[in-house]
Amino acid sequence: MIGVTHYVALSFLLFAIGVTGVLIRRNLLTVLMSIELILNAANLNLIAFSRQLGDLNGQLFAVFVITLAAGEAAIGLAIIISMYRLKGSVNLDDASELKG
Amino acid sequence: MTAPFFFWFFAAIVVFGAVGVVAMRQPVHSALFLLLSFFGVAALFITLNAEFLAAVQVLVYAGGIMVLFLFTIMLVNIRRTAGQPYVHRQAGAALLVAFFLLAVVGGTIVASSRTSSLADAPADPAKLSTTTISRMMTETVDGKTVKTPVTEQVAGNSQAVAWGLYRDYLLPFEVASVFLLVAMIGAVVLGKRTMEYVD
Repeated sequence: MIGVTHYVALSFLLFAIGVTGVLIRRNLLTVLMSIELILNAANLNLIAFSRQLGDLNGQLFAVFVITLAAGEAAIGLAIIISMYRLKGSVNLDDASELKG
Repeated sequence: MTAPFFFWFFAAIVVFGAVGVVAMRQPVHSALFLLLSFFGVAALFITLNAEFLAAVQVLVYAGGIMVLFLFTIMLVNIRRTAGQPYVHRQAGAALLVAFFLLAVVGGTIVASSRTSSLADAPADPAKLSTTTISRMMTETVDGKTVKTPVTEQVAGNSQAVAWGLYRDYLLPFEVASVFLLVAMIGAVVLGKRTMEYVD
């Protein structure tokens, strides 16, 4: 029997993979993709609980999370292009001005 | 909630895709694995009776965001980083932190799965596809306008979500559209301007 626990566990596994991607990758594009994975994990969690409790509000929150993810991807990719123009690279290690 | 086969099958696809995103060296391969993961999540949404969101997931993520990613990968020259290591120097420490996170929260999920409401049987799925709307019906009786309240049920997940968005969450919905406008203007400005690099 597949219950809400399975979905929550899967969602958390997805979240952990996304966090790992954000932490270990040097390429900004892949970091942004990992953030999308994290937002997907949040959506999966919201919808699993929406199903468990029979409450539509979880699905409505997920709509807003998807909206946020779209805006975040657009801004993030614009920043990446901007950085590429500036540095000729999309490597996180090359953006070290504020390090001092 | 659903047939175990579908859950395990699509969960395997989602996890495989997610691991591929993190492990692939080339960003374009990562993007294709991300696409696989998005489709898996959309399928899981269907198993959770969220048909509308499954469609939105495919349209917005697999359609819109993925095209944005692929265009950006096309615009930036990724060949230049080909020879360099693609993970941070502190990757070992980062993996340790991630496994710690996995252990702590995973342990909490497992521990609470037996005692808390997580173990309860799920609610009736019909609740997710029906919503009650009440409106005033206007009719003319003997030359006078009479308003009588009526309630009716709408069926279908998309209709239920639409009623929720346009009735209960109208203000957040409008704020979200302003947010998208701001994001669009921001993306255009950031992408257009050539910044002078002052050392």
